[in-house]
Amino acid sequence: MVAEPLSPRFGEFGGRYIPETLVAAHEELERVYAEAREDPEFHRELADLYEHYVGRPTPLYFAERLTKECGGARIWLKREDLAHTGAHKINNALGQALLAKRLGKPRIIAETGAGQHGVATATVCAMLDLECHVYMGSEDIRRQSLNAFRMKMLGATLVSVETGSKTLKDAINEAMRDWVTNVRTTHYIIGSAIGPHPFPTIVRDFQSIIGREARAQMLQQAGKLPDAAIACVGGGSNAIGLFHPFIDDAVRLIGVEAAGEGVRSGRHSATLVAGRPGVLHGTKTYLLQDEAGQILETHSISAGLDYPGVGPEHSWLKTSERAEYVAVDDTQALEGFQALTRSEGIIPALEPSHAIYHAMQVARTMRPDQDLLIGLSGRGDKDMHTVAAALGVAL
Amino acid sequence: MSTRLRERFQQGKAAGRPLFIAYVTAGYPAPEETVPILLEMEAGGADVIELGVPFSDPLADGATIQHANHVAVSQHVTLRDCFGFVREARARGLTVPVLFMGYYNPILALGEGRTAVEAAAAGVDGFIVVDLPPDEAGSFLVECRARDLSFVPLLAPTTSDARIPLLVDAADAFIYIVSVTGTTGAASVAVDELPALLARVRARTDLPLAVGFGISRREHVVAVGKVAEAAIVGSAIISAIDAAGPESPARRVREYVEHVTGR
Repeated sequence: MVAEPLSPRFGEFGGRYIPETLVAAHEELERVYAEAREDPEFHRELADLYEHYVGRPTPLYFAERLTKECGGARIWLKREDLAHTGAHKINNALGQALLAKRLGKPRIIAETGAGQHGVATATVCAMLDLECHVYMGSEDIRRQSLNAFRMKMLGATLVSVETGSKTLKDAINEAMRDWVTNVRTTHYIIGSAIGPHPFPTIVRDFQSIIGREARAQMLQQAGKLPDAAIACVGGGSNAIGLFHPFIDDAVRLIGVEAAGEGVRSGRHSATLVAGRPGVLHGTKTYLLQDEAGQILETHSISAGLDYPGVGPEHSWLKTSERAEYVAVDDTQALEGFQALTRSEGIIPALEPSHAIYHAMQVARTMRPDQDLLIGLSGRGDKDMHTVAAALGVAL
Repeated sequence: MSTRLRERFQQGKAAGRPLFIAYVTAGYPAPEETVPILLEMEAGGADVIELGVPFSDPLADGATIQHANHVAVSQHVTLRDCFGFVREARARGLTVPVLFMGYYNPILALGEGRTAVEAAAAGVDGFIVVDLPPDEAGSFLVECRARDLSFVPLLAPTTSDARIPLLVDAADAFIYIVSVTGTTGAASVAVDELPALLARVRARTDLPLAVGFGISRREHVVAVGKVAEAAIVGSAIISAIDAAGPESPARRVREYVEHVTGR
């Protein structure tokens, strides 16, 4: 079966800027994925695991008290925090692990920032009997010690990365170096909709289950599509997964980046808001970089948004003006975190707390007969230490 | 194509001896050391120099060259500074071809056209861009050719036979053969596997082949010189600089190059 080739670009963004050693692996992955996406058996296997292992479909929840508190649009939460392992990351990790099986590669590597993708990858590797190595910056291991321990319990080898800012970007560099060395036996499960072609397309396709379910659930539960959909954007996998099925609808799409200590402070991760296009980690996309093209160090209270690049499809959605991107700072994210926790009894991760804060502002400007959909990408248990420290509480 | 580079490979061929290509990261260990290091490399017997353009995220490099990049970036050494190093070295008598080796984003940040113009004016002979395979190099190739700059593609053990013609078409002076799957400086060159890889390439081109990655000792250089037109050494030169201590790094690089080339 010869499958349709996948497009390597999103407008001017995307592409495959990689060392020659990795070209063959990307061509093979592209071919195997193009075949898999047209193979009903692959979709059956994935759908079965999504339902019985991940717990999909995840609920769409009407946040009645938060809606009242804001006094505007009806606020809906797509509950990816209720997926197995506590975040949307497993949608992609599971799909790519099945691809690794098809590729005949027994060894898996992954990078992780907040640890959610590392946990999801370690989880599916345990279930599918694959060897798993996770690269994580030592600063992130410190911030996310619980997830680091979870990965070890799941049988993964956790590799602490000491280079650069010791966060997500550096973990990706190290994972790439591992891949260059072990490419013949190893598949790299990239955790966000970033990296060289075909990764941004593969990750988007697997994460689009979020938006497809949410779209059907909105029609069923609200009787209409949402007026706006909001999600946080680091690399942007949960956002592109939520947005993509709404691209052709009259739905406002809003991505929320991390402004850290403020965009003007220089200590932030607001790539689309404050960056400009370049090439990093194999793809052409918006980057936080200096005049000379050196990548800048980033900051965010949430390890999962702490990345100087962004998925190339988001760059295209920005320049084509189909989606809009804003930035929310650390303090505002904590406000969003507390608001949802207290009004709905749902503790969100710090990443979607950025989206929640911005959604509360947007909801206030909308009418009560309008609907606002938030991608609640993960749960907040992992962030308790960070939140306690930010609120000055000793645990 | 760079005339200097073509002539250098022709001279090597006429003399029946392989060329020695020496790499150093610009600005390592300090910006003021770079021009002396380039001059001493030539004096020690380097036939071609690769000047590494520092980048914050050198993802194809092993620990040694990563560290050199980090040191250079933290001293704010930029692509434009690299033009300055070559201009000054040429003014002080450097005659060997100089290739810039590095990553794509600094070139993109300065602009592909401007990069080529300034490179040619400074006396640079071409580019090796680790994360710019020919598939993505279209516009930069045009700029390089317009300024008689060479574009040197890399070819790896994992490169398929079907892909080799694409790399050959992008090349003009020589092809950079990556000897092992891995990062720079990590593993030693697999001398036994090299003939088969080179034969696959030679079946498809007459271009000279230069072998790099994993070459650190004189015996590697000799072994590679028997099967390829050139041997490339990088990490070992950075290590020689690191071993210099209070001694002059340029002097130490010269001693190392004299040793490995046997000159």
